[in-house]
Parts: sequence; C-alpha cells; structure tokens
Amino acid sequence: MDDSLRELYQEVILDHSRHPRHFGPLEHATHNGEGHNPLCGDRVKVHLIVDADNRIADIRFEGRGCAISQASASLMTDMVMGRTVAEAETLMGGFLDLVKGEEAAHLPEDDMDRLNVMAGVSAFPMRVKCATLAWHTMKSALEAGDAAKSE
Amino acid sequence: MSFVPPLSDFPILSREINGRKLAYLDSAASAQKPKQVLEAMTNFASTSYSNVHRGVHKLAAESTEAYEKARGTVAKFLNAKHTDEIILTHGGTEGLNLVSYSYLSPRISAGDEIVLTKMEHHSNIVPWHFLRERQGAKLKWVDVREDGSINAAAFGAAITPKTKLVAVTHMSNVLGTINPIKDIIAIAHAKGIPVVVDGCQGAVHEIVDVQDLDVDFYAIASHKLYGPTGIGALYAKRAHLKSMRPFNGGGEMIAEVAEDHVSYAEPPARFEAGTPPIIEAVGFAAALDYLTGLGRAAIKEHENALYAYARDAVRQFNWLRVIGEAEGKGAILSFEAEGMHAHDLATILDHEGVACRAGHHCAQVLMERFGLASTTRASFGLYSTRDDVDSLIAGLEKARKILT
Repeated sequence: MDDSLRELYQEVILDHSRHPRHFGPLEHATHNGEGHNPLCGDRVKVHLIVDADNRIADIRFEGRGCAISQASASLMTDMVMGRTVAEAETLMGGFLDLVKGEEAAHLPEDDMDRLNVMAGVSAFPMRVKCATLAWHTMKSALEAGDAAKSE
Repeated sequence: MSFVPPLSDFPILSREINGRKLAYLDSAASAQKPKQVLEAMTNFASTSYSNVHRGVHKLAAESTEAYEKARGTVAKFLNAKHTDEIILTHGGTEGLNLVSYSYLSPRISAGDEIVLTKMEHHSNIVPWHFLRERQGAKLKWVDVREDGSINAAAFGAAITPKTKLVAVTHMSNVLGTINPIKDIIAIAHAKGIPVVVDGCQGAVHEIVDVQDLDVDFYAIASHKLYGPTGIGALYAKRAHLKSMRPFNGGGEMIAEVAEDHVSYAEPPARFEAGTPPIIEAVGFAAALDYLTGLGRAAIKEHENALYAYARDAVRQFNWLRVIGEAEGKGAILSFEAEGMHAHDLATILDHEGVACRAGHHCAQVLMERFGLASTTRASFGLYSTRDDVDSLIAGLEKARKILT
C-alpha cells in the first residue's frame, strides 16, 4: 500500500473510528455545539460539562461521519478531558497546524505524540475539513455556550 | 457496429494519478473536454474574437455570427422550433433560477404551490425555496419509490387548483433514474400547469426533442455535455418568453434607456444582459457537434452497456448496496458500502487512480428520503471503458481491506 494512504488509515485511526471514545449524549451538559460539513453532509454534536474552575469535567460527541472525522472527534474527547478550556484551545491550535501541514505550535511532547496519528491528513487537503470538524464544533460550543452551531 | 470510445480525443485521460492510469468516473459532476472543443475555442479566440452585438467591425461581425450560430446549434440539439427560444445562460443553475425569477415569481402568491420531486438537485430546489421564503409559495414533494423511480400518476394527485408549476429532473444525478417526463408533462398540461425540466443530466444521455415533449422550460449545462464551464442554455416556449420580465439588467438586454425610462429587447436578448460567454458558446456548440457526430444513440448504448457491466461486477460484494435500480435507468452507479464512509472510500479510490464522487451530490432531500448521509457515485461518459470499471472494482476491494 502507498505510504501516505497507510499513514492516513493507520490502525490507531481505524480503532478510534470503529470504537469511538466518549460517544453519546451527555446529561447536564453546560455547553453544546453542532457542526456540519456541507461538503459531505456529515454532522457532529459535541457536549461538554465545564466546571467552576473552567475545566472540562466531561465531554461526549455524537454523529456519523467518515473514519477521519470520527477518529479525530474521538481522539479530541480523549485528549481534552480534564483540561482547562484554555489548554484545550491551545491543543486545538496545535492540531489545526498539524493537519494543515504547518509547523505545529509548541505543544508538550506527549501531546504532539498523541496528535501525530492525525498528521497523515495533511497529505490529503480535501480531507482536512473532516479532521477539523469536531474541534471547530467544540470551540464554538465553548465560545457560545448552549446550542452553538458550526458550519 | 459497436462504439469505440475515442480516447485519443481526450488528452486528460492519459494522465496518471498516483502512478496509475486515471479512471475518470465522475462525468455526472462534469465531463472532460475533447480536443475538438478545446481547439474550436482556441481557434476562435485566436482569429475572430471580440464582443458581440456591438460595434460594426469585422471581428464583431464574426463573433456575433459565431455566437448566434452556437444558439442555432443548441436549438437543433434540443429540436426547438425557433432559435429564439434558446437563452444562452451561464449554466444549468442559472436557467432554473431564470424560470423562478422571471416566469414564476410574478405569477405566484402566498399559498400557491410548486410541485417537485424528492430526487431533485439543489439547483431545482433552491430557486423554488426562494419563492417559498419571499412570497409564501408552498413546495409539494412527489416521493421517490424504493427502486429510485417516480410514478407519473403521482403528479396528477399532487397538482391542485393552487399549483402554478411542476419542476422535475429528466434524469437523477444520484440514482440515474430517467423520469417519464413526457407523461408528467401531459398530466400537468391536462390541468393547465407548465413544466420546467432540469435537463443537466438528461440531455447528456437522452436524445431530447422539446417539441415532442411539449415541455415549457428545459435547462442544460454545457460542461456536462463535454463543453466548457460557464455556459448553458434554457429552452423556453416563445409564448412564455414574451411574457417574462428580465432577470439581470445591463447591456445588450435593452431596447432603449433614458433617464426616466427603460424598455427591453425582445427575447432571447432580454435575458442575456452583459457580455455573454462568447468563447464558451463556440466551445459549447463544438461539443454538441462532437456528440452528434459520434452518434447519440451509439454513445447511449455504450454507456448503458458499461453500466450493466459495472452493476454486474459489484453484485459479488454483499457489503455494497446500489441506490437506484429503476428500470431503464442511465449510466450512474451510486452505492453505499457497509462499514465504509463514502469519503474514505473515495480517498482510497483516488489513490488507485479512480475519480469518483462522494457526498450528498447536491441532493440532500433525496439523501434524507433514503436515510443516507452520503453515497459514492461512479458515473460513466462516452470515454469510459471496461478498464475503468475494473479499476473501480479493484479499488473497492482494496478499500474494503483497509477500512474494515
């Protein structure tokens, strides 16, 4: 198989997409966002509970999509759980740089290692939106509070 | 005599994608251009080009002649009775929007109805939504049957005294269904209702005779007919055109402009404001001549045989569901693959050199009807070959291995 294809659909990604973490609705969510990729019709919802210390105490996502968008959403929920909103936003900045093939903003090494499974997306410009959908949805949820929409 | 795809007419088909020969199976999105079209445009631009319907110099005369000749070629292609029944538009979408704005908008009031089908492309939905939003029109949807067909008789039931227009596609860009538009038009006309047909796919695969159909409006796009982008045509019956208000305002569409008064040119010029796509008109006509020269019936037979070959080949995959199996359908194969999202599939197919469309195909109402977010679509053109289908099948097998 071609290297770039193998990198895109590596086992970690396929595992996340087949067995998404933190998938489903979230009761008592303080922040909700809904994202839509008009290109393919995919939709994703992100629900968060942000506590008094501005920390993401819980996060879930729902929706259907391609392996890339599902894996990215799943990985995101894994990585932002327990972090502050500011930390989540920094992580997102690094992630966006990574999938666009740009120099990633300075992130701790173990964060970079975990995000790196998505780096293969940068070789597929038509798929970058798939990878970023859940992250943008999370961001708009955090910014707007309940019932945010992201296109 | 069997049809041999004239591959050497299409330079782009010799391109390699990721080290593999391109299998272009996305002609329903846009068809590739034969060198006859490219050369006609280059020659015209190199020798005769100037603006049209203005100026008296030699080039203006030659360009005007070429532009009007293109209109005549379109009229002949659709078998219009009069050449002035052809509006040269900027594409299929503009043709349908023109009917919405210029014909229907002045004739529709709150509560009036537009009948359309659930298999329409967004370009034959959104212009009618405009009238719903702005004037309170009501959209009435004719359902699509499970096999992808529609029942002409359902239009008889959907049309009420409130109905002002029926809008229907000749051929579904997702399902490949060829609709019984002649029956639908007869049913609508029996109740005095005009019919607009989206012919963007239909005109590519079917031989269209607007007089025999007795259709009121028929919209086509050049780029799906192997011509350039940026141009299309709307056929409209002369009587309708005469009663329609202008769409865009500007040069060429006027009779006279004064400080306190404006009067408009007769159709078709009334609906062609501004400098039109002149070089594209030459290319459009060259494309239609090219198709006619190859033989429309032979092309159709070739495409349908290829579809049958592909349809048979995917039968071996019990994880693949074909969407759209209507009898007499055209050469479009849409499918859903278990455990594989259309975008992942299309990415892997692309790596195998196979260009397919993945997504909702600008037909979200249809997707909703079938409970799908997206499908993968392989669509065939006159240059498609069995090799292309074989590449598709190999690509599908590979995708299955990677993704599941």
